[in-house]
Amino acid sequence: MNVHNDCRERYHKLYEKNIEKIKAKSSPYVNACREPAFEKFMQLGIPTTKNENYRYTDLSHFFNYDYKNYFLPGREDFLKAEQFRCNVPDLDTHGIILLNGFYPTLTDKLRELPGGIMVGSLNEAAKTFGDKIAQHYNRFINGDSDGLVHLNTAMAFDGIFVYVPSGVKLQKPVQVVNLVDSDNDIFNQHRNLIIVEKNADLTLIICDHTLSPQKFLTNAVTEVYVGEDSHFDIIRVQNEHNNAAKITHTFIHQEKNSTASSNNITLHGGLVRNSTHHFLGGEGAECSAYGLYLSDKFQHIDNYINVNHAFPNCRSNQLFKGVLDDMAKGVFNGRIYVMKDAQGTVAYQKNNSILLTDDAVMDTKPQLEIYADDVKCSHGATIGQLDEDALFYLQSRGIDRREAQLMLMFAFAHEVIQNINVEALRERMDSLVMQRLRGELSRCANCMVKCG
Amino acid sequence: MENDQDKIINNVTSGEYKYGFHSDIEIDSIPKGLNEDVIRNISLRKEEPEWLLEYRLEAFRHWQTMTIPQWANLKIPDIDFQDIIYYAAPKKKQGGSQHANSIDPELKKTFEKLGIPLEEQNHLAGVAVDAVMDSVSVKTTFKEILAEEGIIFSSFSDAVKEYPDLVRRYLGTVVPHTDNFFAALNSAVFSDGSFCYIPKGVRCPMELSTYFRINAANTGQFERTLLIADEESYVSYLEGCTAPMRDENQLHAAIVEIIVENNAEVKYSTVQNWYPGDKEGKGGIFNFVTKRGLCRGENSKISWTQVETGSSITWKYPSCILKGDNSTGEFYSVAVTNNYQQADTGTKMIHIGRNTKSTIVSKGISAGHAQNSYRGLVRVLKKASGSRNFSQCDSLLLGDKCGAHTFPYIEVDNQTSIVEHEATTSKIGEDQIFYCNQRGISTEDAIGLIVNGYAREILNKLPMEFAVEAQKLLQISLEGSVG
Repeated sequence: MNVHNDCRERYHKLYEKNIEKIKAKSSPYVNACREPAFEKFMQLGIPTTKNENYRYTDLSHFFNYDYKNYFLPGREDFLKAEQFRCNVPDLDTHGIILLNGFYPTLTDKLRELPGGIMVGSLNEAAKTFGDKIAQHYNRFINGDSDGLVHLNTAMAFDGIFVYVPSGVKLQKPVQVVNLVDSDNDIFNQHRNLIIVEKNADLTLIICDHTLSPQKFLTNAVTEVYVGEDSHFDIIRVQNEHNNAAKITHTFIHQEKNSTASSNNITLHGGLVRNSTHHFLGGEGAECSAYGLYLSDKFQHIDNYINVNHAFPNCRSNQLFKGVLDDMAKGVFNGRIYVMKDAQGTVAYQKNNSILLTDDAVMDTKPQLEIYADDVKCSHGATIGQLDEDALFYLQSRGIDRREAQLMLMFAFAHEVIQNINVEALRERMDSLVMQRLRGELSRCANCMVKCG
Repeated sequence: MENDQDKIINNVTSGEYKYGFHSDIEIDSIPKGLNEDVIRNISLRKEEPEWLLEYRLEAFRHWQTMTIPQWANLKIPDIDFQDIIYYAAPKKKQGGSQHANSIDPELKKTFEKLGIPLEEQNHLAGVAVDAVMDSVSVKTTFKEILAEEGIIFSSFSDAVKEYPDLVRRYLGTVVPHTDNFFAALNSAVFSDGSFCYIPKGVRCPMELSTYFRINAANTGQFERTLLIADEESYVSYLEGCTAPMRDENQLHAAIVEIIVENNAEVKYSTVQNWYPGDKEGKGGIFNFVTKRGLCRGENSKISWTQVETGSSITWKYPSCILKGDNSTGEFYSVAVTNNYQQADTGTKMIHIGRNTKSTIVSKGISAGHAQNSYRGLVRVLKKASGSRNFSQCDSLLLGDKCGAHTFPYIEVDNQTSIVEHEATTSKIGEDQIFYCNQRGISTEDAIGLIVNGYAREILNKLPMEFAVEAQKLLQISLEGSVG
């Protein structure tokens, strides 16, 4: 309890000290949200393991720490961002780089793509598109039990803004590369807002990277509005080092007959917590949530997923899979919530995990909460090992045991990867997963040569 | 058609509670309220030894530091713990009735009405009964026959007097008084219950059973059951309960502790039929029960079977601690909630020993405005290599105002264990009903048929005498709800 209070006090000081600086450069609407949000944060505090949604994830180690906070980027940061190039072959995207939570260019902060699509800095957009922001910013979050969402609302300065007008289909995906690179240990918060209007289509790829080995803590909130008959995909690829903590909150609000999918692929990271909320806010909406987690060492990966069926005849599907090695800990907390009048709901949820060592731990908590009767809902969860019979089959055909294990694990993971609809990325993911399973990725991540 | 069906569902689920009568029996009770003096008073009335009083007081002091748990998916109204009578016993008649074998005829009539034979020559000859009315055990049958085998089966109070060492050795070892709010309360004020000890190598020749009846108004019932199965023994134990219909809620907080040694097996079956409250949700029993079994020995086994149809609130998680290697835990449950009933029930399987196995099959049926939740934990500790768990939780929804929820927790720390969980929620398919209609089965019968088929897997696990009753009970509980 004491630690808890100290933590709150720490962030209270931080807020007091920096809020004026942050406010001076933000738009009035965003600023108006800050104070009430901070009050809520002070009530809720940093979630502890007493909080049912964080039951298996202890954040105190990362939050009770003195970071060299910084709130505005310096000139040298812009140079770093300039040098970074995404090395995925054949991946053709509209690229955006976010460095330590900031949009690191001095000019051209908001780009216009064909069809009137706007892509750029949220801070900048809030100044020029005040009406759009007022309509959607801070509208879809549900942070009743999660103080971190409010902390983000109170202090986040910048992030990504994407606006797709009605009827526009973006051919190439938008790719956001979140870089964390600093000589100090830092805590950064950023905020993304994605608006997909009626009958539009957008694919968003978010890649999380750490470039230097310092201790990092990121608390990011992404709000997505998916209009009627629209389609939206979000693919998040996380590859951070073992001393980094990444906490993401994604709120996807879907209107009538829209479809959306979220895909969280965690390849590497010290402590990762992804909470994804799909709100099916119109009849006939559909959503899919996928997740893959591969972890080893002392890594901790927590996926929280909440699908809320508020209207009749919506469908949802969840698939989360993971392989845990060494002393890693995996957490899955999935919830299907069907409101009173959401008749005709079809909802599925599946979570499979493989434990490779006796020290690896998996905690899973699939939940169904159903208040309507005309529903078909089911969930399944398994924790186990690779199938001995399958291993034997492969070995009997001359494949050595290690290779056979890799093949089975790869096939296990591929079930999630195959849902990525950007081909170049899918192929890249397949190869990264293979590297990861062979243990090559962690060697690269800890290597300072940065040859890649 | 749709309306017709609604009507039939209503008919099926609005059945009357059969055991709602109240018997006019003179009661010897203590005043309302709870404090140390009340506990001393209870202990004094029961002529308990000093150590037991100390145990109660310690539990009470601990209870005072606790608050009522809020984590369950239940709306629990405020319970005024000072507004409850903690001890009520049917008054013993003057004169000859002091003799153990003669029972107040009114009492006998009551149990006869409930279908519980207090006379040993009755038709349910294969079942030994311990009948508990309010705070005391009224009669235990077949004591002598069981004693020939060395089996101890008696009321808890008698056991404290006759076998203090055994009771003292095992009391609170599985459910300590610090376990939870209601366990602490029970440990402080428990009145009576059953005690059973099966010696080494004995296979109990008949079913043992306890029948609980709340009769007096404004009282709470706090019984305690302690069951010990020594090496290589076997016992099948049944538990049933009913209460009169009253507008106010009554509290029932019980503890069941089971200890199973090497190669022994205990089968524990419950048919819970406390008064569920009326159609508006008025009255009914608050049922807060802590049940836990410890598989202490190797190859030991505990099997819980429960049919939960009564109580306005059910909060109950019969659990197994699988400590011995190769031990087995089973949990089979049918929980039916109708009208404004709420149930949050499930199990815990804690795998500690190697190659331990557990099976969970839970079937929830929800009708009217009821909320029915399954909440379960499967925890596999690091040393429990080769453990296996299979869980299946199905929910059936009858009517659009009710809810069905599933909250499983699965925690695995072991590489060689396999844990599987699956759950489904759905309503009775139109096509299933149509299929039955087509074959000349009325919608009402069809729903009865489907519900019965759905619960069959569990009912089959009950001892024969109970299975028939449970099946009837299921139909009555759902009477008027199908549609």
